[in-house]
Amino acid sequence: MKNIIEFLKKNIVPIMFIIICSICVPISGFSVTYMINEVMTRLTRNAFLILSLLIPIMAGMGLNFGMTLGAMAGEIAIVLVSDWQIWGIPAIVLACIFSIPISILLGLFCGKMLNMAKSREMVTSYIISFFMNGIYMLLMLYAMGPIIPIKHTSIKLPRGYGIRNTVSMLNNRQCIDNALAFSVGGVKIPVLTLLIIAAMCLFIIWFRKTKLGQDMRAVGQDMEVARSAGIDVEKTRIIAMVISTVMAGFGMVLYVQNLSSFSTYSSHSNVGMFAIAALLVGGASVDKASIGNVFLGVILFHTLFIVAPTVGTKITGDSMVGEYFRVFISYAVITIALIMYEIKKRQQKSNAGKLLAEAQNKEEQ
Amino acid sequence: MANNNAPLLEMKNIQKSFYGNQVLNDINITLNEGDVLGLCGENGAGKTTLMKILFGMEEIAETGGYGGEICFNGEKVDFKSPFDALNAGIGMVHQEFSLIPGFTATENILLNREPLKRNVISEVFGDRLNTLNYNEMTGRAENAIEKMGFKIDPKMVIADMPVGHKQFTEIARELSKENLRLLILDEPTAVLTESEADALLQSIKSMSERGVAVIFVTHRLEEIMTVCNKVVVMRDGLVVMDTRAEDTDVKKITKAMVGRDVESVDNKSVGTDETAETIMSIKNLWVDMPGETVRNVSLDVKKGEILGIGGLAGQGKLGVPNGIMGLYEAGGTVVFKGNEIPLNSPRKCLDSNIAFVSEDRRGVGLLLDETLEWNIAFPAMQIQNKFLKKLFGGLIKWRDEKAIKEVTDKYIDELQIKCTSSKQKAKELSGGNQQKICLAKSFALEPEFLFASEPTRGIDVGAKSLVLEALRKLNKEKGVTVVVISSELEELRGVCDRIAIVSGGEVAGILPASKSSEEFGQLMVSKVI
Repeated sequence: MKNIIEFLKKNIVPIMFIIICSICVPISGFSVTYMINEVMTRLTRNAFLILSLLIPIMAGMGLNFGMTLGAMAGEIAIVLVSDWQIWGIPAIVLACIFSIPISILLGLFCGKMLNMAKSREMVTSYIISFFMNGIYMLLMLYAMGPIIPIKHTSIKLPRGYGIRNTVSMLNNRQCIDNALAFSVGGVKIPVLTLLIIAAMCLFIIWFRKTKLGQDMRAVGQDMEVARSAGIDVEKTRIIAMVISTVMAGFGMVLYVQNLSSFSTYSSHSNVGMFAIAALLVGGASVDKASIGNVFLGVILFHTLFIVAPTVGTKITGDSMVGEYFRVFISYAVITIALIMYEIKKRQQKSNAGKLLAEAQNKEEQ
Repeated sequence: MANNNAPLLEMKNIQKSFYGNQVLNDINITLNEGDVLGLCGENGAGKTTLMKILFGMEEIAETGGYGGEICFNGEKVDFKSPFDALNAGIGMVHQEFSLIPGFTATENILLNREPLKRNVISEVFGDRLNTLNYNEMTGRAENAIEKMGFKIDPKMVIADMPVGHKQFTEIARELSKENLRLLILDEPTAVLTESEADALLQSIKSMSERGVAVIFVTHRLEEIMTVCNKVVVMRDGLVVMDTRAEDTDVKKITKAMVGRDVESVDNKSVGTDETAETIMSIKNLWVDMPGETVRNVSLDVKKGEILGIGGLAGQGKLGVPNGIMGLYEAGGTVVFKGNEIPLNSPRKCLDSNIAFVSEDRRGVGLLLDETLEWNIAFPAMQIQNKFLKKLFGGLIKWRDEKAIKEVTDKYIDELQIKCTSSKQKAKELSGGNQQKICLAKSFALEPEFLFASEPTRGIDVGAKSLVLEALRKLNKEKGVTVVVISSELEELRGVCDRIAIVSGGEVAGILPASKSSEEFGQLMVSKVI
């Protein structure tokens, strides 16, 4: 009985979502095939991005709100590749390659900043992402054109410089998703994308067994002990940030090829927020996350996303209510997860006191 | 030894001072291969500083280095960091665990020294992407555990281990280093159960048989007698006893540790009036203060007395006032003047007219960036609405700057606080004068009952006697009941009427201050855990 309560306590967020989903899905009236298809699409679209969050958590740096930086790098690369009129899989590969140096630079910057703000990584990375957003906008609005040549009019703003609100990659639409894809009972299985995600998972599993991975786990649990054992704590943390940022860049490219267009000035922020919310819905916490959390989270969170507008319409007659709720819920999830993390830490601390009182009681008996 | 006549370790004329405060004076220690040296002494005797010098801890260099020379293995050495010491073959097990809680014993034993396997990716991106060789790791860890002679589960995660096993994991980590010649154990048995401690002593013996020298710092004197062949006792930064173990016994060591041979204490106290009423009664107090855990303290404080609480560091004496005043989580009952004081609530204590001078001067005691006036008047203003002018019938309260200045100047004068003016910032004063400000602050509350925790820690002799005199005066003239907590027994014997000794988180005994140091010394080590 105690175990069951303990289990429920630990997994309260995923359980809540399972309950909400199991109520909402029947109300929405969607067919099973439609649901599976949609979930599959969103799984392949988002999983890579969420996986990029795992390594900083391992290194004890919490939820990497700075993954937005990687997403920005991915977007810059896509804009350039689209302008050069390169299409198909080569375009995606090129965009990935192009995002790497930008991601590395941003990751180094972010890592250095976070080293100066130890134990306040999350709020710092969150604010850094706002700050970099400003620089990114400056680049997209004014530098693209006069400084970085942009030729194609479908990308450029009508005024002659700057990038349009939406960049379309229609010609690259789902070129990876469609490669090797087949359909089972009306459900499209994007084999290549799944293979890429699987490779990524394998990389993370392998990475945990490397010396660097071991060092990151050590640094993540106790920086001082790691330092006294001779591990270069600062460098290890920066590497964790760089890897995460580069992976987020790749994830963004994959994300955009699936959607085939993105809104230049806002999608990176949304992507960051939803990735973190999804990971938390999957049962991860600030200091612990697994690949299983990623997939469970992406399925639960996006199931709710899919059905929310329809359920909203059915219940209140207004589709905007559902829309409102899904944004509201993702913030709520993050807030709850952060608070629960703090509560858990406090509880562990006060346990020591309880033990002392118990020891005294025992002695008296 | 056979091929090399020089001793393994020679420390010659070691001296060390912190900010002009001499803490080590002309220390000489010689150690041969396989020797087990028992190092003991009261807190503040300089044991830890000496070990830090030997181990090359950074804080030694940061505070101006040390005098004298250290020869290890026949060569003169000057360790710049613990890593130099480790490379030379010195290992140290600290009092605080330095283990990664989520790692297994194996992972901790080989932390940052893991055997690796090369792979294609690491050829390109560098050695840190080599994968760990788990089989080899297990082998080496098991090997080290076997050497140690106490069985711990190499696969168990540290967080799930009983505390004693954590200690053994640390020892196994040192033993897994192939070049280990000298192992420093800083109070290793403090956290062990009796059988574990016996096992540790066994493993020290077997290390010594294999030629590893051990320096064993402990308060448990019986252990020294069991396992050591040499004993060094330190007091006030001096070696007061350096002998072979068979030439001494626990009693002699205790005497060397705590007492001057001549009873030189100048105690002005008249003794406790046994008929006086009990002003504070503490029952079954426990306090979760890290490093100073109180387990089960029951104590009655008589009205108008000066009670001392003494004991070795880490045994819980500091936890008593901190727990009662609500700074750390506590349980049990505390009755003050017939009313029970709720624990874990500092305000309630202060409201019942109990004041506290914290041992953490800079953290709890002072507003470092504020003026002396503020520091002295602040608690009285907050708690008792003193130094406030009321306007509009108390609707708005105004600081009475004049009264604040007056009271500050009074205490500056009374306690001879050296400062440029009452507007000076607290952080600009020296340690001794800061301590006087802390006292003045609590005096300004005009308490009925005062806890003074380590009131003389880290201040010079002149300031010390002034502080103690001020406490005594407060007690005599205002009739305030004072409880002084201090590691320095002689100081307590000088100022207190009765002294309670806390050992192992419990009161080991209460004696009048006139009893001999030896008796107190025996109480101090009686329940050590």
